[in-house]
Amino acid sequence: MLDFTQQLISGVALGCVYGLIALGFVLIYKATEVVNFAQGEIMMLGAFMSVTFITTLGLNYWLSFVLCVIAMAILGAIMERLVIRPILGYPQFSIVMATIGLGLVIRALVGIIWGTDDLRIETPFTDGVFTIGKLVIAWDALSIIVATILLCGALYTFFRYTRVGIAMQATSQNMLAAYYMGIPVKRMFSLIWSLSAMVACAAGILLAPITLVHANLGFLGIKAFPAAVLGGFGSIPGAVAGGITIGIVESLSGFYLPEGFKDVAAYIVLLAVLLWKPQGLFGLNAIKKV
Amino acid sequence: MAHHVRTDYGDSEPLFPSKAAAFWYAVLLAGLIAAPYVLESYYLSQLVFIMIYAIVGVALNILSGQAGQVSIGHAAFLAIGAYFTAVSQKYGVPLVLYLPLAGIFTGIAGYLVGLPALRLHGIYLAIATLAFAFIVEEIIARWESVTNGNEGLMLPPPTVFGLKLGTEGFYYLCLLVTVLVILAAINIIRSSTGRSFMAIRDSETAARSMGIDTARYKTTAFALSAGITGIAGALYAHKMSFISPEMFSLSVSIDFVMIIIIGGLVSLRGAVFGAIFMIMADPLLIILKDKVPLWSDALTHGLFLPDTVTQAIQAGVLRVVNAPGLKSLIFGIIIIVFIIYEPMGLDGRWQRVKAYFKQFPLARQRAARPPRMFLKSERR
Repeated sequence: MLDFTQQLISGVALGCVYGLIALGFVLIYKATEVVNFAQGEIMMLGAFMSVTFITTLGLNYWLSFVLCVIAMAILGAIMERLVIRPILGYPQFSIVMATIGLGLVIRALVGIIWGTDDLRIETPFTDGVFTIGKLVIAWDALSIIVATILLCGALYTFFRYTRVGIAMQATSQNMLAAYYMGIPVKRMFSLIWSLSAMVACAAGILLAPITLVHANLGFLGIKAFPAAVLGGFGSIPGAVAGGITIGIVESLSGFYLPEGFKDVAAYIVLLAVLLWKPQGLFGLNAIKKV
Repeated sequence: MAHHVRTDYGDSEPLFPSKAAAFWYAVLLAGLIAAPYVLESYYLSQLVFIMIYAIVGVALNILSGQAGQVSIGHAAFLAIGAYFTAVSQKYGVPLVLYLPLAGIFTGIAGYLVGLPALRLHGIYLAIATLAFAFIVEEIIARWESVTNGNEGLMLPPPTVFGLKLGTEGFYYLCLLVTVLVILAAINIIRSSTGRSFMAIRDSETAARSMGIDTARYKTTAFALSAGITGIAGALYAHKMSFISPEMFSLSVSIDFVMIIIIGGLVSLRGAVFGAIFMIMADPLLIILKDKVPLWSDALTHGLFLPDTVTQAIQAGVLRVVNAPGLKSLIFGIIIIVFIIYEPMGLDGRWQRVKAYFKQFPLARQRAARPPRMFLKSERR
């Protein structure tokens, strides 16, 4: 039972990271109907930037966190402007390929700038543990869970109460109607890319202490797809719930099932869900109008 | 554009667009048949790779270009074909039997993947194929009694009717298979099956309301595409003479999609152009790796900059050129540039060049440009 709980908690922590990456997918998908295959790489870029700020420049963790998130917001908007804006309205397949290309470019640039060695960062949570009875929870894991809850709250408030947030919601619900209401749709797209890059960056910095920072971190983004699909690809709470589900499945299958299942468990769950409920667990069953 | 006057129903779907085209294809084929006597073995080997990639390109063209279904997991089909070949060769099945069987076996796998495709659209489908590819890769790595796991499998050289195929023999085998696959693909595309694929691509709802069994044709497209990729996998296994799971990773699937993006989605010619581009990119990059530092050296010396600046530039150039991820950087940029500036691919460019010379003094650049795409909110 203790093992089970222990695995469950590490699964939830990992799942929160998947959830945050999936959140980035969902934000962009909802508003622009583009699936951003570079989301994992954007997260990786965030993690590498935190290495520069914390280890190389020796800045305070919290200050670095804020600086990284701001820098990624700007980079996200630049990426949208350079890569996505010129091909808005193209077939989805082309746009997906463009984001895959963007991911390749980011990964290669990260390799050129930071090298291919494993890097690590020092955080206020490193090596701290929290014990309840025999249960041991690392502060790293706890920090991810708490930060995810805070971030979700912040996003909820943003979308519910701010003008920009409501405008973003309007854009994602009906682009044309939003445009008629005077919402600058294209600027909203840039803002949504910034927002999604910010979320991905936060996920990257939170993940950095658990897994080392290396050039293959971006592949975690591919693991976040099952999370997003599970959540229905259009629902923000769904993305986080899907992420946590995937995290728990992965963690438990790594512990109880034979070796090898850990890596594919997420995809098996994904295919099963797609066969059973093609719109995802939380998805809306919308019929497309012609 | 010149008008074609059609006097017969067969005219609208000819095998070759004109007599001249048939003549030039015959010349190309004659050239390819003569190639082993003319070219060095290195170029011959590159040609074999181009043909294998072209077969995969044709397969993806049928699935994505004609039927409009996305797959970013085609490396899995290549792997299934390759492993099927390796295992059947081990048990002494003759090549004339296992080559088509590899296609059929992979086709069945493709049919099974196509089943979820019935209910999935666009991005969900892409992710499902991605998941399938990961699962196949993991199965191959773990099913050690058959696939020898991560150690990989060695393949003896292929034999046909007891005769060992040398480099040239294998080249002719690949050429034969490529020509047959391309002819088959052209015939599929100009048959009612191909037209149903296109109808599904352009609008699934419209296709269904015209009485096309969309479920049947989508799975057919998957099965055909997978089967052709399986045959390519069989050739690939023999070409490499060693296969292991990491040769069929996600990046290979992305390379395959690049073939059709760069070549152009709409025509089979595009698949061949894309294959040539993808295979030739590697040797070109190696040449560039040697030359670029020399060029930048000459350039910086020509500008009479201070020594420190020259050295800094030189160091930077060397660092970029020797970076491990250089290939993916350049490929990533190529994908983005092609999608933004050349959405019809190399084939689209070829068509435009041809049209320019055909209409020579009257050609106008504007007329050849693809129409601009608009967002819903941009339509006025």
